[in-house]
Amino acid sequence: MRSRLPFRLAAAGVAAISVAAFGGSVAASPARSPQASKPTGSITVFAASSLTGSFTQLGVGFQKKYPGTTVTFNFAGSGTLATQIEQGAPADVFAAADMTAMGQVSAAHDIAGRPISFAHNLLEIAVAKGNPKKIKTLADTVKSGVQLELCAPSEPCGMYALQAYQKAHVTVPTVPTGQDAKAVLASVSLGQADASIVYQTDVQAAMGQVSGVVIPTAQNVVAAYPLAVVKSTHNAGTANAFVRYVASPAGQATLAKFGFLKP
Amino acid sequence: MTVGVGGRHLRARRPPAGAYLVAALTVAFFVLPLIGLAWRAPWSQLWGDLTTRSTTDALRLSVECSLAATVLSVVFGVPLAWVLARAEFPGRRLIRALVLLPMILPPVVGGVALFLAFGPRGLLGPVLESWFGIQLPFTTLGVVIAETFVAMPFLVITVEAALRNLDGRHEDAAITLGANRWTVFRRVTVPLIMPSLVAGAALSWARALGEFGATITFAGNLEGKTQTMPLAIFLAFESNPETAIALSLVLVVISVVVLVGLRDHWLAA
Repeated sequence: MRSRLPFRLAAAGVAAISVAAFGGSVAASPARSPQASKPTGSITVFAASSLTGSFTQLGVGFQKKYPGTTVTFNFAGSGTLATQIEQGAPADVFAAADMTAMGQVSAAHDIAGRPISFAHNLLEIAVAKGNPKKIKTLADTVKSGVQLELCAPSEPCGMYALQAYQKAHVTVPTVPTGQDAKAVLASVSLGQADASIVYQTDVQAAMGQVSGVVIPTAQNVVAAYPLAVVKSTHNAGTANAFVRYVASPAGQATLAKFGFLKP
Repeated sequence: MTVGVGGRHLRARRPPAGAYLVAALTVAFFVLPLIGLAWRAPWSQLWGDLTTRSTTDALRLSVECSLAATVLSVVFGVPLAWVLARAEFPGRRLIRALVLLPMILPPVVGGVALFLAFGPRGLLGPVLESWFGIQLPFTTLGVVIAETFVAMPFLVITVEAALRNLDGRHEDAAITLGANRWTVFRRVTVPLIMPSLVAGAALSWARALGEFGATITFAGNLEGKTQTMPLAIFLAFESNPETAIALSLVLVVISVVVLVGLRDHWLAA
């Protein structure tokens, strides 16, 4: 899918950014700190590569809301970013795709306050376009005659997928694994695999090449995306403002367009 | 090459039919993926994709950084190859193995290693910063360093092999005629190994142009600053696979044009 959706500020007057919109998962001090001065200057946001589309738009929205600010992104795998931050990379904000990478940075005392969870993602079964194998449940994906491919168990999506099968009481046979969600999704769209378990956002992004089969809530696993201000930031005011913006209704509306769920 | 030795010799040198068959299959192996790219490329939107600011920036960075890395590889790699090929000292084989390590090291590991050496909290990073005010990670200079790290071994290995296989008589003659060793190297040795030097530089350049892992780890993925074409392609795959294919094609075209041009000019058989 080409992401050419024009950016719109969901709410015109998002003056008072309520942290309450974020629900119970907000535990961050940065979001609550009084809005000191107007955000200005530049910040560098280290974000997981699966957030490329959504965060690029969030950056545009933020710069529009606060003229005079510049948001630069460094997109890479969460683990790479975590290592870079630990080694003193010039990051102001860190958005990870899973808690493990954030935990690594957090354990090294490199972030300010506690990370907030800014988005959720659910698992979905990705199947060939039109679902020719008539897959309806997780149990259907392990039937004989169905070629299943999963993310590597070391990857968040692979780990979550195994949890989902466990919840559904389905035993997973040994199946080929791909490097990440994009890789297994490519296998399905190219016909190398009949089914795989990926994130809803991945299925949405690949709409037209694959079809999605919803996994019921009872069997599904919620993937949470953490966001935090990096302790060594040189622009704490703007970094905090960016975190608040992502949590704001406008930020959440942008994320929703890419298929992310509210935390 | 001696030509005109006689038809029989030329025929004998010609490969047998079986070799042609294998060669054809091998060519297909290399060409089919390219055809795949061309087949899936979004031709109608190609120009639009290629003229965006981020693409032109990535293209400019790729060309500049890979050329700079090639120059550094030649400047530092040739003397190293010279020493490795001609000097006798203990531990030479170990040093050669160390120098070639970046060729087998996964590039991402190379990037992490560079970070641990030159990063703000690395071994040498704080010194570089406080004494010279030089910051390497997350700068364009960092891209050049990362590319040089992975690319230079290709030059060293090629030039070293050429120096080892060189017939030393020309150099001996020059020395006898009173030239000093630098002059001999510059005026006699280098011209003799020029085809290998150019081939090694071309290999280094190609490796630097396609470099991804060490760059994204050491220099980051900052648009307009460290985002070279391979990094832009990686990101485009996340959001827009068609653009990624268009960008890949550009990289392919540039490489082919340069490598074919070099071959015709320097390595004409």
